[in-house]
Amino acid sequence: MKPRRSTLSALYFTLLVAFLPLDLQAFSFNDFGDKSSAQQEEGAVDTQEKISAYIEHHIKDAHDFHLFSYNDAEGQRKHVGFALPVIVYTSQGVRAFMSSAFHHDDSGQYVVEKDGVSLVKYHEKIYELNEKEVHLVFDASHHPENAHAVLDLSITKSVFGFLLVSMLLLIGFRSLANQYKKRSVPIGFGRVLEPLVLYVRDEIAKPNIGEKHYKRFTGFLLTVFFFIWASNLLGLTPLGFNITGQLAVTFTLALFTFIITQFSGNKDYWKHIFWMPGVPAPMKVILAPIELLGTITKPFSLMIRLFANISAGHIVVMSLISIAIIMKSSMGVVGATALSFALSFFLTLIELLVAFLQAYIFTMLSALFIGMAVQEHDHH
Amino acid sequence: MTVPNLVGAGLIVIGAGIGLGQIGGKAMEGIARQPEATGKIQTAMIIIAALLEGLAFGALFLGK
Amino acid sequence: MEQLINDFSPGLFIMQSILMLVVIFLMVKFAWKPIVSSLEEREEGIKKALESAEQAKAEMQNISSANEQLMKEAREEREQLMKEARDTKLKLIADAEEAAQEESAKIVAKAKVSIELEKKEALAQIKREAAQLSVALAEKILKAELSAPAKNAEHIDKLLKEVSLKS
Repeated sequence: MKPRRSTLSALYFTLLVAFLPLDLQAFSFNDFGDKSSAQQEEGAVDTQEKISAYIEHHIKDAHDFHLFSYNDAEGQRKHVGFALPVIVYTSQGVRAFMSSAFHHDDSGQYVVEKDGVSLVKYHEKIYELNEKEVHLVFDASHHPENAHAVLDLSITKSVFGFLLVSMLLLIGFRSLANQYKKRSVPIGFGRVLEPLVLYVRDEIAKPNIGEKHYKRFTGFLLTVFFFIWASNLLGLTPLGFNITGQLAVTFTLALFTFIITQFSGNKDYWKHIFWMPGVPAPMKVILAPIELLGTITKPFSLMIRLFANISAGHIVVMSLISIAIIMKSSMGVVGATALSFALSFFLTLIELLVAFLQAYIFTMLSALFIGMAVQEHDHH
Repeated sequence: MTVPNLVGAGLIVIGAGIGLGQIGGKAMEGIARQPEATGKIQTAMIIIAALLEGLAFGALFLGK
Repeated sequence: MEQLINDFSPGLFIMQSILMLVVIFLMVKFAWKPIVSSLEEREEGIKKALESAEQAKAEMQNISSANEQLMKEAREEREQLMKEARDTKLKLIADAEEAAQEESAKIVAKAKVSIELEKKEALAQIKREAAQLSVALAEKILKAELSAPAKNAEHIDKLLKEVSLKS
């Protein structure tokens, strides 16, 4: 048992190391000019404006993996983290380079020239400057004026996090699957994973979809459940991932549920949408568009719920942590830190519960919607 | 965020709070009346709360 | 809403969709299928084991009830046998008694017959003896009579008369 566990942890460690990018570096940046954007200012994040900009920045996806920043002996801002590959589909075709090319600039000032394309990064979005333009110009409402967004297929922080989570899930559950070849009851970490699999199958898939059809959907539900849960938990670590707090990610998940629901819907399902049985004819006409809208609002609420819960959780935890900085002057270092610690500690505990609860709710409601689509009504 | 936005958010939160209170309170009553049905009541409670939450969040983000 | 749409990254969505498809495929193929099938196998095994235990229990019950049945039958048979034996004994005794009675009756009858015969024999003997005696007596008388011829003649005459009369 002991050597097994150590091989497993060794595997995890190797994986983590393998994922560390090739140019891990601490790089300084002082080559940007725009000081209007608060989060770009040099120095510690110590004012309310800076903190809220910092939080807003964290909530978004990022093109590099930033762990922390500090001021070195010369007073220069140093960032610790590593760059991630940027893959963009521009008007001139695909361009790929490491995000370190932007030199940590997020205000659209540092222009990257790549084979005839000028690219800038502004608020974690990559824009392509229109031809013959050299600088990004903003309009009155701070939108880029002379540039257009490109299709950004980069390995961003969220994609990186997704890959990490998938790897961990694959390794963990692969080892559980392999255990069954040797013994019928798993040992070690598999003993933790097995009841979870059983829980999803017996408490989520089976009762909501029904004994007859649930087997087709367990794979999807299990994957979604563990992906969301692991992503949520990863988001609570200081690594700063916010995978399930990305609208695109939750949109993808909800879209999968939507597509599966529509494609597995039987005749009864469609009949209940377009020609609700058991109500008078004029009501049927009124009900049809409402029901049709319902098929879209259901996955839409799935998307919004997960996104909003995780984003809100991150914002609140970070805000509570920042109490230690903001209240320093009025409460003293010890008082502010103690208050911040106490509050953020309890909120993190709640977030641990929310991490599970959201995974459960998402999977549960997905199963419920799928179950509505495949269930056979008694003909009355 | 403008003032109407904030007022709207406040209204949403008040509504959602009342709704969640109703759900939680009724669930408690149900559990007190039939402790053996705790599991089922909790599951139903969480699902309804999640639906309400989705509604509230949707409204909040529409107004954002 | 505007900000939401602005925050939405189509690129991330495309990447996420592709990766999600791949991950779902990989997880289903390499993790969920083997796990779920082994779990089902195990559950099936447990169910079967329970069923066979139940069956064994029922069989045991059957066997014990069969045993009881056998025991009961054996007891009944024994009783039957004993009863038969008793009956046979009684019958034998009764038969023997009857036979003995019959025999004795026969013996008695035979004895009676032989007694009768003896009696008859004896009577016949007595008759014979009496006849002989009477003959001897008659001889003697006759001898004595013959010694007095007158009387005899008279007597013969008388007899003759009677004879002739009769004929």
